[in-house]
Amino acid sequence: MSDTPVDSSKRTWLIASTCAGAVGGVAVAVPFVSTFQPSEKAKAAGAAVEVDISALAPGEKMTVEWRGKPVWIVKRTPEQVESLKKTESQLADPKSERKPSELTPSYALNQARSIKPEIFVAVGICTHLGCSPSDKFQTGAQPSLPDDWNGGFLCPCHGSTFDMAGRVYKNKPAPDNLEIPPHMYLSDTKLLIGEDKKA
Amino acid sequence: MANFKEISPDAPVAEKLLNWVDNRFPASKLYKEHLSEYYAPKNFNFWYFFGSLALLVLVIQIVTGIFLVMHYKPDAAQAFASVEYIMRDVPWGWLIRYMHSTGASAFFIVVYMHMFRGLIYGSYRKPRELVWIFGCAIFLCLMAEAFMGYLLPWGQMSYWGAQVIVNLFAAIPFVGPDLALLIRGDYVVSDATLNRFFSFHVIAVPLVLLGLVVAHIIALHEVGSNNPDGVEIKGPNAPKDANGHPLDGIPFHPYYSVHDILGVTGFLVVFSAIIFFAPEFGGYFLEYNNFIPADPLKTPLHIAPVWYFTPFYSMLRAITSEMMYALILCVLAGAYFGAVRTQLSQIIKGGVVGAAVVVSVLMLSIDAKFWGVLVMGGAVIILFFLPWLDNCAVKSIRYRPDWHKYLYGIFVINFVILAYLGTQPPSPIGERVSQVGTLFYFGFFLLMPWWSTIGETKPVPDRVTFTPH
Repeated sequence: MSDTPVDSSKRTWLIASTCAGAVGGVAVAVPFVSTFQPSEKAKAAGAAVEVDISALAPGEKMTVEWRGKPVWIVKRTPEQVESLKKTESQLADPKSERKPSELTPSYALNQARSIKPEIFVAVGICTHLGCSPSDKFQTGAQPSLPDDWNGGFLCPCHGSTFDMAGRVYKNKPAPDNLEIPPHMYLSDTKLLIGEDKKA
Repeated sequence: MANFKEISPDAPVAEKLLNWVDNRFPASKLYKEHLSEYYAPKNFNFWYFFGSLALLVLVIQIVTGIFLVMHYKPDAAQAFASVEYIMRDVPWGWLIRYMHSTGASAFFIVVYMHMFRGLIYGSYRKPRELVWIFGCAIFLCLMAEAFMGYLLPWGQMSYWGAQVIVNLFAAIPFVGPDLALLIRGDYVVSDATLNRFFSFHVIAVPLVLLGLVVAHIIALHEVGSNNPDGVEIKGPNAPKDANGHPLDGIPFHPYYSVHDILGVTGFLVVFSAIIFFAPEFGGYFLEYNNFIPADPLKTPLHIAPVWYFTPFYSMLRAITSEMMYALILCVLAGAYFGAVRTQLSQIIKGGVVGAAVVVSVLMLSIDAKFWGVLVMGGAVIILFFLPWLDNCAVKSIRYRPDWHKYLYGIFVINFVILAYLGTQPPSPIGERVSQVGTLFYFGFFLLMPWWSTIGETKPVPDRVTFTPH
């Protein structure tokens, strides 16, 4: 067997047909892998949501669903808005400079991260691994939170904390501030989530 | 064509039939090789029950799984209700379901014990590296299988657990978000995710798992089983009888097949007790939050994975941006050691230092989240390398220096502490403890090439320790 000289033309054809076979294999894999992508139906289900916020009292939060995600609307009390100044030194990205195109639309690039200082709109999904943080509006010492807590949100999964403007505290697993969805006011009490004036 | 074996025409029908089959399929040959003439060491102890028990649990999971699929509906709108339907309306459905859910936890208990046995008796050492690697691959498959199965009841824990784990993949730089999208098949965990996880859970992963189990056993039977003494009973110098069979071995069947019935009995007593009296096992086997239907708008106040994932989950949580500095320090210390304290060539030393600098820069520039994911994955992947990390002169813990026993003891305690912390809500103290625990876990493996050579080993006997009874 090993004494027989290599038939180089046979070998060339073997290599060529193996390569052709591999290309064919990859080509067949493409449609199979493609089925993992979101379907047309899933892509289409992204319509904007209209919300009436007239019943929202100061210090309250309501949640609506947009693209399958929870979107929070919080009406902050004056004290809560005031607290945003105090937290600034403890935050990882107080000025929301990271990934502004994804996380903070230009009209929310301010300390309160909102169009109106008291109305805070954010996607209630932690930027760490996608849990929905819980409300910790009560200030002061409590379990899992620092003693000088100023009110905000705590992610139950990995303990990331956010202030009342969804800005993440330093040295927490979550890398970024909470996402502010595109939104606009249709009237004083009507919000449209998922679309803004640019669009 | 193989030689046809002729048999006397007066032979009994059964014998004729077997001969007919054997001339066409190696039935008797397989039976002999793997059961009646597979020589296993005589000195197996308690720890050797867990291999056969793992096989038993696999069968339980497959059989109960088949019956559950007959009633379950993989549809986000119907899944939760269909599980409750199985529990309440299908005759004896609750038993099948509890067998399956308890079986999942039992599988991990048995497999962790089985792996621990391999660890202490050096069963991964040459020539059993592939047995160990197939085993680690089985463990990995099992984790995937358990994770995807846990989504199917579509409870709160199912949903948010899947959300967290799928988002782990999004932490990978550049391709992460698209990869997570490809896994979910939607922008959030949804019906599409449930359907594909169902497909993976009931067919794709089990097929791979079965293939790996066969490979694990074929590899084992090729090299022969290790034993608590780490003595090679089939080695060239091992004592053999007139037929060439090892004197320290005994045919698996009937000796160990009967012996394993004892293990099976003990296991089934405990298993049934849990199924009948504590199927949720205090929220550890079935988490209470999973009896609430999935709500994409609200994460339960305390979410934790099922207990068998919690050691790895703790390590994930331990990696904060603060912890990154400790890790960078470890990388630089390793590079210093490689560059200054070893006798490698200048080029390799330069490479080590260069790599350390690059890694440190990456560690500073990429989010701690990604490194947390890497640490969690690494904690499982590192097991694959165990055969090449252990440099001890002897295999079995019995003949290693005494302090090795304490080290293995601490390793187990550390693993249990990490597991416990993973079930608890995040806390500052827990975070520190899990960070120390993570460093210890990786130190145990990464420094093993060094510490396993230290200390005086005891003389290994020529024959296994066995008193006939």
